[in-house]
Amino acid sequence: MNIQDPLFIGKNIRLAPIDHERDAEVESKWTHDPEYLRMLGPEPVRPLSAAQIKKKYEAIEKEEEEKQSLFYFTIRTNDEQEHLVGFVRLTWVDWTNSNAFIQLGIGEAKDRRQGLGSETLALVLRYAFSELNLYRLSAIIPEYNEAALAFFSKSGFIEEVRRRQAIQRDGERWDVVQMGILAEEWNAGKSRLL
Amino acid sequence: MERRKEQVTMTTNLFTGDQVKLTAEEPENMSKAFARWSRDSEYHRMLNFSPGVLWSDKKWKEWLEKDLEKDSQDEFFFAIHTTADDRLIGFIGLMSPEWNQRDAWIVIGIGDRNDWGKGYGTDAMRLLLKYAFTELNLFRVTLGLFDYNRRAYRSYEKVGFVLEGRQRNIVNREGRRWDVLVMGILKSEWEQRSG
Repeated sequence: MNIQDPLFIGKNIRLAPIDHERDAEVESKWTHDPEYLRMLGPEPVRPLSAAQIKKKYEAIEKEEEEKQSLFYFTIRTNDEQEHLVGFVRLTWVDWTNSNAFIQLGIGEAKDRRQGLGSETLALVLRYAFSELNLYRLSAIIPEYNEAALAFFSKSGFIEEVRRRQAIQRDGERWDVVQMGILAEEWNAGKSRLL
Repeated sequence: MERRKEQVTMTTNLFTGDQVKLTAEEPENMSKAFARWSRDSEYHRMLNFSPGVLWSDKKWKEWLEKDLEKDSQDEFFFAIHTTADDRLIGFIGLMSPEWNQRDAWIVIGIGDRNDWGKGYGTDAMRLLLKYAFTELNLFRVTLGLFDYNRRAYRSYEKVGFVLEGRQRNIVNREGRRWDVLVMGILKSEWEQRSG
């Protein structure tokens, strides 16, 4: 890695700021897909209007500016249109102990399994470990999101905690898995991510 | 049968244990206690990820008053007093509930090192578990502890918490890294133990 290597540009995607003009409509559509939301976490799913999403964007940018505990990126196609395909955030950044949590979502089913998530993760790991100089990242994943478990583990995350039956969907209880990756593990494995 | 069940509920005091009782947090006493306890850095390091800080009584009071103003459905915190002489010795609480999942996190602190290892925390935890499972009707509760806090680990094990994993190297202290252990207990496990 060189100082000149772009931090925010991959092959098919790039990381970019929120586009306040265009993104809210697109993301509002995603929130009408309960399957997408259920894959992200334990919260009750609910559709959000574009206006509600806009408010959320304001809150995100406010937190980024005031607290330095959140780094939020949109994932966009690497072309002139820069279509919004997802988001990734580093959150709960703990500067004293050099930790953060990562959450990543690709909004539409047709954009999943295309390698866009992996490209994003490679960029964000590099950002976390060699720009923010963090020491570890954690990801929290419902057990039923097998694609996410495979995805993070392929990139070097290791399962660390299994909170037994911590989530209930459709009358069934599932574990919540926490995975982690350390800076040295990222360093040792990063060639394979690029 | 119905009637009998009702009486049992009425005569069970949720807030009184063998050695301790749970009370509301009074900002005046509590803030002084927090200020006093936090001057012992070991107390701080058993509880927090954040660096130890020294706050005045006044600052603790302002913090606590603000905290107590928050939506009471998001946090259930209690002061711990000894039953014998009604001394304020610590705090315990449930936080970050996910109501749809019936899951919440527990935090506990016994302030003065003279009160450590006496079973006070274990007794308070028994009360809180009962509150969590029979009043809030949670399905499970979770807690985290630093792996250098062996005393806490034994206490949590004693009341039925099960080790669910460790967040490797998540805290950096004294020039080295330590794990955080995550423990949980399900309502069904708690019921089995409490007969």
